[in-house]
Amino acid sequence: MELWPLIKNILILDSEGKRIAVKYYSDDWPTNAAKEAFEKSVFTKTQKTNARTEAEITMFDDYIVVYKFVQDLHFFVTGGENENEIILAAVLQGFFDAVGLLLRGTVDKKEALENLDIILLCIDEIVDGGIILETDANVIAGKVASHSMDAGAPLSEQTITQALATAREHLTRSLLK
Amino acid sequence: MAQPLVKKDDDRDDEADYSPFLGIEKGAVLQEARVFNDPQLDPRRCSQVITKLLYLLNQGETFTKVEATEVFFAVTKLFQSKDIGLRRMVYVMIKELSPSADEVIIVTSSLMKDMTSKTDMYRANAIRVLCRITDGTLLTQIERYLKQAIVDKNPVVASAALVSGIHLLQTNPEIVKRWSNEVQEAVQSRAALVQFHALALLHQIRQNDRLAVNKLVSSLTKGSVRSPLAQCLLIRYTSQVIRESANTQAGDRPFYDFLEGCLRHKAEMVIFEAARAITELNGVTTRELTPAITVLQLFLSSSKPVLRFAAVRTLNKVAMTHPMAVTNCNIDMESLISDQNRSIATLAITTLLKTGNESSVDRLMKQITNFMSDIADEFKIVVVEAIRSLCLKFPLKHRSLMNFLSNILREEGGFDYKKAIVDSIVILIRDIPEAKETGLLHLCEFIEDCEFTYLSTQILHFLGIEGPKTSDPSKYIRYIYNRVHLENATVRAAAVSTLAKFGAMVDTLKPRIFVLLRRCLFDNDDEVRDRATLYLNTLGGDGAVVQTGEDVKEFLFGSLDIPLVNLENSLKNYEPSEESFDIYSVPREVKTQPLAEKKAPGKKPTGLGAPPAGPPSTVDAYEKLLSSIPEFANFGKLFKSSAPVELTEAETEYAVNVVKHIFDGHVVFQYNCTNTIPEQLLENVTVIVDASEAEEFAEVASKPLRSLPYDSPGQTFVAFEKPEGIPAVGKFSNMLRFIVKEVDPSTGEAEDDGVEDEYQLEELEVVAADYILKVGVSNFRNAWESMGADCERIDEYGLGPRESLAEAVNAVIDLLGMQPCEGTEVVPNNSRSHTCLLSGVYIGNVKVLVRLQFGLDGPKDVAMKLAVRSEDEAVSDAIHEIVASG
Repeated sequence: MELWPLIKNILILDSEGKRIAVKYYSDDWPTNAAKEAFEKSVFTKTQKTNARTEAEITMFDDYIVVYKFVQDLHFFVTGGENENEIILAAVLQGFFDAVGLLLRGTVDKKEALENLDIILLCIDEIVDGGIILETDANVIAGKVASHSMDAGAPLSEQTITQALATAREHLTRSLLK
Repeated sequence: MAQPLVKKDDDRDDEADYSPFLGIEKGAVLQEARVFNDPQLDPRRCSQVITKLLYLLNQGETFTKVEATEVFFAVTKLFQSKDIGLRRMVYVMIKELSPSADEVIIVTSSLMKDMTSKTDMYRANAIRVLCRITDGTLLTQIERYLKQAIVDKNPVVASAALVSGIHLLQTNPEIVKRWSNEVQEAVQSRAALVQFHALALLHQIRQNDRLAVNKLVSSLTKGSVRSPLAQCLLIRYTSQVIRESANTQAGDRPFYDFLEGCLRHKAEMVIFEAARAITELNGVTTRELTPAITVLQLFLSSSKPVLRFAAVRTLNKVAMTHPMAVTNCNIDMESLISDQNRSIATLAITTLLKTGNESSVDRLMKQITNFMSDIADEFKIVVVEAIRSLCLKFPLKHRSLMNFLSNILREEGGFDYKKAIVDSIVILIRDIPEAKETGLLHLCEFIEDCEFTYLSTQILHFLGIEGPKTSDPSKYIRYIYNRVHLENATVRAAAVSTLAKFGAMVDTLKPRIFVLLRRCLFDNDDEVRDRATLYLNTLGGDGAVVQTGEDVKEFLFGSLDIPLVNLENSLKNYEPSEESFDIYSVPREVKTQPLAEKKAPGKKPTGLGAPPAGPPSTVDAYEKLLSSIPEFANFGKLFKSSAPVELTEAETEYAVNVVKHIFDGHVVFQYNCTNTIPEQLLENVTVIVDASEAEEFAEVASKPLRSLPYDSPGQTFVAFEKPEGIPAVGKFSNMLRFIVKEVDPSTGEAEDDGVEDEYQLEELEVVAADYILKVGVSNFRNAWESMGADCERIDEYGLGPRESLAEAVNAVIDLLGMQPCEGTEVVPNNSRSHTCLLSGVYIGNVKVLVRLQFGLDGPKDVAMKLAVRSEDEAVSDAIHEIVASG
């Protein structure tokens, strides 16, 4: 058994199995082709299941994969075959909920791609080199959201987009409370 | 020039597959990255460009070295901006680019500035980035900051430093080890995740110091860990400590109470981690197991698939070793057969197959039949394997189980699935004599319509071996000859060989086989024609019916008695010349330890590949080996070969184990020796055996090993004579004697002069169990009744205080060395009495059946009633003798 829980990868795929955002922490898939092959088999093995209310789980090729779907997005977290399944599920739930908070409930492919920066930062805050950094969705979302604006800049100097971003941030914060 | 990242809403309403990155191109984005160099930075814009770059990398696009360097330098310019959002993207980008050492220097100062910034978010992220890209030299410069960060009051900063520490420990252990004090402080942190990361790092720092780990665990298990994740770590470390401190005392297991207490934790991940840890304890007792099974059983009916999966997977593993402990969960398991999640359903079924009893088999098979149609092949294979072991456990049920296998064999399926089924049928045919005829017919029907050449040829080969031995061999001929008509050349050739085997084994069929073989002479494939011609000639097909000679049989059926490796080497060395290749020139000495050792790890029976695989083939291999040594050739038939017994500790200079070969009037010890010193060559290796404590044995021959080079095992043998047919026992002390020669490691050449030396080995015992073969019977009751009570001997024994009933049962099974039947070696939980059925063959080929009835007499005392039936009174008495003196 590993001495601490290790995450092998985190994936978001769309409803056709195409990549939205992926992050690999293990050398098990050294090439892009190997990664794509893994994603393809994960996708085909899980696409017919209903993982919309509760996170689902499957095991293949010595990996445990927990997954959850929303709209046209498929979220996956992979661990080794001896990993504690419930820890993996906690990571998935943290990721899933944090994305939900940050995208204000409208979680779909379009929204995810438009806010890809947020998704990538989110992944960055959950796992560092395979080690779990945080699993609490509120904390993760808080860390990602707090960056949107430099709090020091006066409001008058903000452009319209920046102002919108600030508004979004406030909204997120109020959601988090 | 560049498209804005976010389009207007109305633009995209009609586009179903809208993506902001539609038509994105690496070249264009790299162009866009020039905005990083603008004197007036637009953070929003820059963020968008970085996102596009990250998107490209994420999609599997790669940057050339030049491109990566260019992007990297451009990105470093962005440190000028004060925008936090942009800075975060810069951090992520730098990590993705993983810059080279000389590039790292460019950003070091910026990152170090961020590391000491007042903004927590900067500090935490700068630490992570810097530690990710840095090498050892830089680490000493920032060490001071990292140590501070570990105890920072902001948990995000502390965690960042600790996690970085875990990564750095792989590359720079000596530096990270100096942070021990700070890390220890962080373990006490109130922040859950800090505690988790600190504990992981602290354990990692101390992992090679068993005492320190022990201390860490015992102080923390007293209860200062709040974070569930940290608690999971602690459970893992605790079970590690338990593992390493195992077999110290027989009493209560240290730390078991802690694990059991974790079963009542409020976090599910901790409960599960603890339950799993308990089930994986070495030699876990039923009492220890019970609370863990209880919580796992609760998980089985959870609404969360993950919990159900975790629980059923763990219980499945427990069922392999403690099937009785899991039976309480059977009702919950059965409801899981219809689980939406097929992984859970499959695990539930295979668990049930392991724990079920004979009466529930039929009901279970009905449920499985419905279930099989809607799962994937990989799950089906798991089920087939489980059914196979079930059938071996309850041979009486072979009819329904064999029917099930043949039914699924007819359904659609891929190669691996079909192979698993065929393998299972073959194993069942081999191990359950009653199932042979039906099984063979099922296989015959299968090859009538089999799309896999490999399976067809393997089945034909197997038919050739088993078919002629059945009561009516002729009924298989039609199936086999049909193959000659309808199949591809490979299968046709295999069918011809099989026909020939029938012809050779069954004289009455011979004339008809010849007719068939002659027809094959007109086949359009060379190999098929060649084989037909060859067999016709060897079997004497041109003349009248002749008795098949022994050497012909040997030629057709004898497996190759030469190690394939040796044959391969000899063939490679053979140079084409006038002299033809002589197969007898191939050395027969087995270089490597034969099958016995390979068998142990290979849990999966090989099935078709080697039809008489399993124990018989080991004996075959030994028998061949021994009969090839002239000194032992006249000892008669080998009765039994024991499993190898180690005579040296692991990791000593010379590793020696011994296999005891029992013949009717002789015993041969085969010492398998391995020289583990590269600088030595051993010559003339013998074992000097002192048999003073084994009075009935007299040494008659020994065969020294000429040379034993480094790391290539060899054998030496010593043979003893003993009274014929009598299970003589005794103790033997062994001394390895040899001439040692120094070897020059650079050239590999040994010096000419050697020194004689000796090496003490451990003692070896010949025990009564060595004279009994483990041979199962499929229906114990029938066998018992048909044996009759003529030679029955019954007596009662007190076994004294025992740890548990199960332990007592196993001790007696080991003592007798007999085969437990019908799964009776497993003792149910908390039972006060148990009946165990054993069968075996005693030396002199006398069948023996044993019925053991155990009962608990008082709290720990075990009493046993031993009933023995055999074909010979003396043997029945001998069994009692073994128990009485054991």
